[in-house]
Amino acid sequence: MQVSMTINGADVSHDVEPRTLLVHYIREEAGLTGTNIGCDSSSCGACTIHVNGEAVKSCTMLAVQADGQDLTTIEGLADGETLHPMQQAFHECHALQCGYCTPGMVMAAVSLLDEVPDPTEAEVREGLEGNLCRCTGYHNIVAAVLQAAGSSR
Amino acid sequence: MIPVAFEYELATSAEHAIALLAEHGDEAKLLAGGHSLLPLMKYRLAAPAVVVDIGRLTDLSYIRDDGDVLAIGALTRHRDVETSDLVRSQAGLLSAATSKVGDPQVRHRGTLGGALAHGDPASDLPAAVIALGGSMVIQGPSGSREVSVDDFFTGFLETAVGEDELLTEVRIPKAPDATWSFQKFNRRAQDWAIVGAAVMVDGDRCGVGLVNMDSRPVRAGAVEAAIASGASAADAAASAADGLEPPSDLNAGVDYRCHLARVLTRRGLEEAGR
Repeated sequence: MQVSMTINGADVSHDVEPRTLLVHYIREEAGLTGTNIGCDSSSCGACTIHVNGEAVKSCTMLAVQADGQDLTTIEGLADGETLHPMQQAFHECHALQCGYCTPGMVMAAVSLLDEVPDPTEAEVREGLEGNLCRCTGYHNIVAAVLQAAGSSR
Repeated sequence: MIPVAFEYELATSAEHAIALLAEHGDEAKLLAGGHSLLPLMKYRLAAPAVVVDIGRLTDLSYIRDDGDVLAIGALTRHRDVETSDLVRSQAGLLSAATSKVGDPQVRHRGTLGGALAHGDPASDLPAAVIALGGSMVIQGPSGSREVSVDDFFTGFLETAVGEDELLTEVRIPKAPDATWSFQKFNRRAQDWAIVGAAVMVDGDRCGVGLVNMDSRPVRAGAVEAAIASGASAADAAASAADGLEPPSDLNAGVDYRCHLARVLTRRGLEEAGR
């Protein structure tokens, strides 16, 4: 069936099977491969994107459920060559090792600060509960989110 | 992991959803937020021939003050329950339990009605609704009926919602003066509870629901009776696992789960001021 949505401000429309997962649609039909597939079972958060401004796991949504919605992926955060403040904070705090979890971490962190603009460290850790980093890099990730929160104050 | 192919139907009203269920019978499954059903479909533990998407029925997403009860639309997302001032002030236990469901991404999609209609004994919200003494409004081809939470969970992943019926509303008695505690024991972030205890104390009334302690969400009736007759938290909690048959898995055996139920119930009662 035909689905249409906005991804990073651009209108996209494709004919998909109803069983097509949103993350597959984003990567394979829309051609945006910044969103990673990790566990594929809504645990790891690598596939986190925003639907109508809120973080969701795109491996646990069907493309048809996103029909008519407004999506943002990691590719939609930066303004040209200027990184989003959260991306800049991840860069400055070295909040990654292998980088596989990073797109999902950044998207979850941006959504977290939308809901809790001035979080405590504990709130950041709880707010990123849905994202796993297997390089054990949480220390710098938390530092980056706190820095980004401070820079937007 | 990709689900088995299915036919997709987008419901445009509760009546339309019910008509689609009547048309497709047990081949159809309702899709709300999808955070119980889609994982099952991806693992191919579920393979419905027809998926009826009720996710766009925004008129079933609401939280209303309805006299003595809070009326919460079945499609209200966890995030909206968790952050509702009305829920926080009138049913704090539900707010607290909802904040422990999954993780923020899950709570942006999952719905209260979906979690209850899934009937999973390991889920947090059924225990909270049991402790709060809630009821469910179920709509079918011939109208709506209200079912007490004590008659709602009928077996493992089975509820009183019939094949051609739709859970439309959850009704929670208002209890602004209640004290409560939600005890969720797990080993890792975002895990399911190995065991959980939902406790609500409102004057003489005490409600205790347990997570993952039987094949369906259960009430700890013996604990409630003991509290009602004046027992201490420790004495009352000693009967928390009586008569229950919890699962045994890699996280915990039966004996350990029974132990956890007693400890968590005691902690819950104490935190709720008993």
